[in-house]
Amino acid sequence: MNRVLSLAAAFICAGALGVAGVVSSSHAKEKIKVGFIGPLTGGTSANGLGGRNSADLAVRLRNVDAKARYEYEMVALDDECKPNVGVQQATKLATDKEIISAATHYCSAVAIATVDVYHKFGLPVIVWGAVLPDITYRNKYAEVHRVNGTMINQNERNAELLSSLGYKTFAVIHDTTDYGKGHNKYFSEALAKHGGKIVGTFGVTSDQQDFSAELTQIKSLNPEAIYFGGLTPIGVRIRGQMDKLGLNSVLFDGTSGIKSDSYIDGLGTLAEGSLSFIEGAPTERLPGGKFFLEKYNAQNYPNPPEAYGGFSFAAMNLILDTIEEVGPDRKKVQATLNKVKDRDSIVGKITFDDHGQNTVAIITAFVVQDGKWVVWEDSEYASGKRKLPGQK
Amino acid sequence: MDLGLVAQYTMNGLMLGMMYALVAVGFTLFFGVLDVIKFSHGDVLTVGAFTALASFIGLQSIGLTSDAVELLAMLVAAIGAMALLGALIARAFILPLRSAPALNTLLITLMLGTVLREAVRLFYPDGANPKPFPRLLPADSINIGNFNLRLDNAILLTAGALVIVGLQLLLNRTKLGLAIRAVAQDEETAKTMGVNFNAIVLITFAIGSALAAFAGLINGLYYNEINFGIGLYLGVVGFSAAIIGGLGSIYGAILGGFLFAGLQTIGAVALPFASAYKDVFAFAVVIALMAWRPTGLIPEKLSERV
Repeated sequence: MNRVLSLAAAFICAGALGVAGVVSSSHAKEKIKVGFIGPLTGGTSANGLGGRNSADLAVRLRNVDAKARYEYEMVALDDECKPNVGVQQATKLATDKEIISAATHYCSAVAIATVDVYHKFGLPVIVWGAVLPDITYRNKYAEVHRVNGTMINQNERNAELLSSLGYKTFAVIHDTTDYGKGHNKYFSEALAKHGGKIVGTFGVTSDQQDFSAELTQIKSLNPEAIYFGGLTPIGVRIRGQMDKLGLNSVLFDGTSGIKSDSYIDGLGTLAEGSLSFIEGAPTERLPGGKFFLEKYNAQNYPNPPEAYGGFSFAAMNLILDTIEEVGPDRKKVQATLNKVKDRDSIVGKITFDDHGQNTVAIITAFVVQDGKWVVWEDSEYASGKRKLPGQK
Repeated sequence: MDLGLVAQYTMNGLMLGMMYALVAVGFTLFFGVLDVIKFSHGDVLTVGAFTALASFIGLQSIGLTSDAVELLAMLVAAIGAMALLGALIARAFILPLRSAPALNTLLITLMLGTVLREAVRLFYPDGANPKPFPRLLPADSINIGNFNLRLDNAILLTAGALVIVGLQLLLNRTKLGLAIRAVAQDEETAKTMGVNFNAIVLITFAIGSALAAFAGLINGLYYNEINFGIGLYLGVVGFSAAIIGGLGSIYGAILGGFLFAGLQTIGAVALPFASAYKDVFAFAVVIALMAWRPTGLIPEKLSERV
């Protein structure tokens, strides 16, 4: 009997010691949970997976950093690029009190649907890929931030570049969806700042086939450039029909909506000299792109980071920096994020305005040169070797 | 407004009107012989345009580069294939449903149109994206003030007009035309006079669908771009044009097509609000016209009134 008891006691002691051992080793670093949401399945999953891997990379790099105060665990959820699913996942994340902060959403429709959830449950988030201005600007939620730019930044860059090239008069064609209307609004505002003039604005449906009436009217207004806020299919038609009406000395100034290879495939040589702008930049051109790609490739992720991977990394890194600074407390993290100013990151400086929007977001201009979208700064148009249509 | 601009608008309107008229004539032919509305008509146009594009790519891959030969081959392939498809549709879906309510024909052709359209989107390589259509006509142009007259547009317009005149001659000057008109006027009497009813119906559907293929080709050459959705819109417009013109009347369909194009051009140019509303304007006028002349501007000669 005695032997049994002492054996049991020995076991209990050993168990207790073991537990103590585990506890003491985890006491070395407190474990903190952070979240990530993006489209991990479905049509846009390439971008979602690239974003998830990039955020994961930020966490892994932090966990091997001996100076880090905490150990981090990332909870990655799939919003399927569907608003209803996104709201469920956002709620799941926001109601889990162990999650301190999160990098969220690539799809604008999902991001705009979830801002109320984050606001209601007080989870500070940084949007890493969605570009709709309303996500940060429709409400003034202290919880919501964004590292990437919006169509506002895109149009500011557009107006600035064209004004510097000497274009003064524009005709605007935009589709009548929120996307096209937004572009029209922000471009008109930006252009006014640079002293450009809009001689005519034409709203068109997003499946219109014939633009000869609009273009004939534009011809009589004689602008130096046609600004187009819309997507590739009608972009191809408008540029093609400009040729039919002899409008080849007018610049075709597009937006992110036509930055696709099918724009060039659809037009052939007529695409030459068309412009487009995107929020963000090719990863290798980001200020810290080389460092990021090196680290990313070292982890052997099965998918590439894609266009917004760098932004996802920057968002997660900013979250981790903030937790390191103020500790695992949602309120404090949020307050600190709201004050972020001139913070260095791999996507350049980050400064959040009073809506949590990064105001110095990076924008890249592209021009079609010899059948390819070429970054403006690298093109022969920028170097002056070639001239854009209508350029003086 | 200066004269050059007016000329330009007129030219744009005429090109549009020609395409609408060619589609509308198809609707009116089908309605004439069988009293059916064939809603897949617009999508036959799409398939025709894609057939032309596919035959162009085929010719390119065997190394043929003569524009004229390519154009001819595309024309023959598209028109031939669509005439066959039209006859097939009539044989397989429309004739068997003759004794069924007219709604059934409407529904079956509506669904068939969706099948054709989606088939192009799914099975044509990369069919969901707009496809560049080759420029095969000389692109010389003359500028007269603000008016830019392009040789290719002039050729297309002339070709369209010739086809319509040809159709007129076929219907009014040949035995086949007589048979088609006889069937349209009175099926029973035509049959007792020895007209092969089924054959005439199939031929009529073949002619109508060939016209759609021709319109598809014109559409491709004019815009240098086709996509799987072109037929849907042209179908709706062609149908409306046939109705305002007076279903069953060839002249009415032509008039309707040009009228619709004119309304769209006016809607985009002369109205003070955004050109986004030009379709709203054009269709609103169509509604008003329908209220004013329920049987169309030029009604079928023997329209049944009960």
